[in-house]
Amino acid sequence: MNPVGRRLMFLAPLALLGIGGVGAFTLLKRMAEGDFDPRGVPSMLIDKKVPDFTLAAQSGQAGFSAADLAGAGQPVLVNFFASWCLPCVAEAAQLLALKQRGVALWGIAYKDRDEETARFLKQHGNPFARIGRDAEGKAALEFGVYGVPETYLVDRAGIVRWRWVGALTDVVVARALNPLLKQYA
Amino acid sequence: MIRIFLLLCLLAGPAFAVSNPGEMLADPAQEARARALGQQLRCLVCQNNSVEESEADFARDLRRVIRERVTAGDDDAQVMAWMTARYGEFVRLYPALNAQTALLWASPVLALAMGAAAVLLGRRRRQAAPTPLSDAERTALEKLTTP
Repeated sequence: MNPVGRRLMFLAPLALLGIGGVGAFTLLKRMAEGDFDPRGVPSMLIDKKVPDFTLAAQSGQAGFSAADLAGAGQPVLVNFFASWCLPCVAEAAQLLALKQRGVALWGIAYKDRDEETARFLKQHGNPFARIGRDAEGKAALEFGVYGVPETYLVDRAGIVRWRWVGALTDVVVARALNPLLKQYA
Repeated sequence: MIRIFLLLCLLAGPAFAVSNPGEMLADPAQEARARALGQQLRCLVCQNNSVEESEADFARDLRRVIRERVTAGDDDAQVMAWMTARYGEFVRLYPALNAQTALLWASPVLALAMGAAAVLLGRRRRQAAPTPLSDAERTALEKLTTP
């Protein structure tokens, strides 16, 4: 074997190993920051109109429909949550912080009893301007929800622009959500 | 005894999560279709279970939708379209053949072709005869081998 070939035999696997290492490191870092979910499934709703639904109101709150979302006059974050969902507790503070910033948050109580939802909101704060009840999870199926929490950004025209599965972390808000909120403001 | 055991093994079908008879459709033909459809759908919560096998809440919801659609008169393609419109191509355990999945479907053939190429190349290299010794080498060899 000529010298070039011999050097290549040593360097090529080393280069591959290096590229793989950098890739794996980036993935692990993004997973740790909550910026990437390897089990995530892309939403089919992105850049499409919100599916048709009408939700009964959580007691003491206003319910809403797809038409209400399109007529909100501002982009709305639609958050599927439940009192029995632990990551929902984890993201409660994040949602309250978003509300403080003036972001419109509408909640959908997924497969939850009215009184349980009320207890959850009392305990962890209520960031939502409206709350619809999806007791059987039918609206969730129309959205393509497969777990709670899930958050959708719906623009002024009622088009879904973004979906996040799992709790909203600081990194997700800073990297993904903030630029979109600015873009569709 | 062994024969009876073997017979029982043959008769035993795969385990289905539809343990609740209330979930099943009254019409056996429709129920069979719903089951076949459920076996082609991925439970997105457990990912490598089919909707028919999984005990997850999500899988139960999809089973109910399948049965609603089937009773409403949808054909298999329509039920699958309902699912992929909401949950994407990933929900199908057997992905459809299209531009995105072409490489996936071609992968067994590609792997076979690469293996065959490796075997052929290896054989050709082995068959190439070594270059004959030069005169100087021959004399050196003779000097080494003669006692």
